Amino acid sequence: MPQLTQLALVYQSQLFWLLLTLAVIYFGIARQMLPKIEKVVDDRNARIQGDLTAAAVARDAANAAETTAQAADHAAREQAQALAAKAKADATMHTEGLLAKADAAIAVQLATAEASLAAARAAALNSLETVAAEAAQDIVAKVSGAQVSAADAASAVKAVLAHG
Amino acid sequence: MAAASKIDPMHQFQIEGLSGQLSGAPFVFTNSALWMMIVLGAILLFMWGGMKREIVPGRWQAAVEGLVGFVTGLAMTNIGKEGRAYVPWIFTVFVFILFSNYMGLMPFGIVEAAHPFTVTSQFTVTGLLAVISFGIVLIVGIAKHGLKFFSLFVPHGTPIGLMPLIVPIEIISFMVRPFSLALRLFVAMIAGHILVEVFGNFMVQGLNAHSALGVFVWAISFIFVLGVNALELLVCGIQAYVFALLTSLYINDAVHLH
Repeated sequence: MPQLTQLALVYQSQLFWLLLTLAVIYFGIARQMLPKIEKVVDDRNARIQGDLTAAAVARDAANAAETTAQAADHAAREQAQALAAKAKADATMHTEGLLAKADAAIAVQLATAEASLAAARAAALNSLETVAAEAAQDIVAKVSGAQVSAADAASAVKAVLAHG
Repeated sequence: MAAASKIDPMHQFQIEGLSGQLSGAPFVFTNSALWMMIVLGAILLFMWGGMKREIVPGRWQAAVEGLVGFVTGLAMTNIGKEGRAYVPWIFTVFVFILFSNYMGLMPFGIVEAAHPFTVTSQFTVTGLLAVISFGIVLIVGIAKHGLKFFSLFVPHGTPIGLMPLIVPIEIISFMVRPFSLALRLFVAMIAGHILVEVFGNFMVQGLNAHSALGVFVWAISFIFVLGVNALELLVCGIQAYVFALLTSLYINDAVHLH
């Protein structure tokens, strides 16, 4: 195995050149270039993260705006509905008032008419009594020849009307 | 020619001096050092391609960012938020082992001089990686917790009676860590490469035999080499991952003491 047989001859050279190589890799690459490469990766990740955050913020803002718009829409709709309901109620009240007034006027007219009807009827009944009493007076005078006073005839008629 | 056709699967692990004879001195440039430089160049090229730093990454940048994210995630999930301090070392280990493993599998060998050398098949290499990882664990542990660090060897809820048994086991398992780290990677790499080399030689010899049996041996070996190569592709990634994962787990022990 050359690694063993040559050991004494080569180990110093091997160690020297290996140390040189490792030193270049360690100090030149791993300590100089590596942080720069890592920084590039970190910067990229940070930028991607920043873009994602900005997108999320924009999305939230859009969502908030949409919610506000919807709320405003909703409020306007409710206001419109309230106005419509109020107008409807006012109209109904106004109609009812007119109707009540008309009803009252009609009732008054009706009462007046009924009163005058009753008065007419009472007058008619009164005149009927008078006519009946006169007729009774004449009938008594013709049948019996007796003169009955108008007051007696009237009371007799009244009694008959009351009974019969 | 007869000597060259003999199976020598270990030849690929031979280190040769490129700037002169091997002398035991530290500055001799070898084929091993050359392939470390090639691995380093590949890593630099790969990482450089990911430094465009665009907000929308291209494929290359996405691959580099994926690798960085993978290692950072590994460190952060295993160590927690203190893990960030250890990302550079875990990244160094992971990337170096990953690129070395795959560089050793590259089919450059069709040009003989360009036969790849797998640096992670040298225990001098894996050993140094493991020793540094283990050293970080020791230094961090003792710097953070002082002598309390050694309570690592006493698991929670151990009955007093079992202490003489448990504590030595824990100490041994702790001390074995750098060896297991280094040997696992080294053995995985060397075993796969020897298999590929041996059965690749069987293929050549089977064809050279000019017989029906030779063709049969070639066909069987070819299928086997195919399978082993596929397995190697898997093992190369897994070993790099395991080394980085265990390093982060050991550092986690040092940072949090269980």
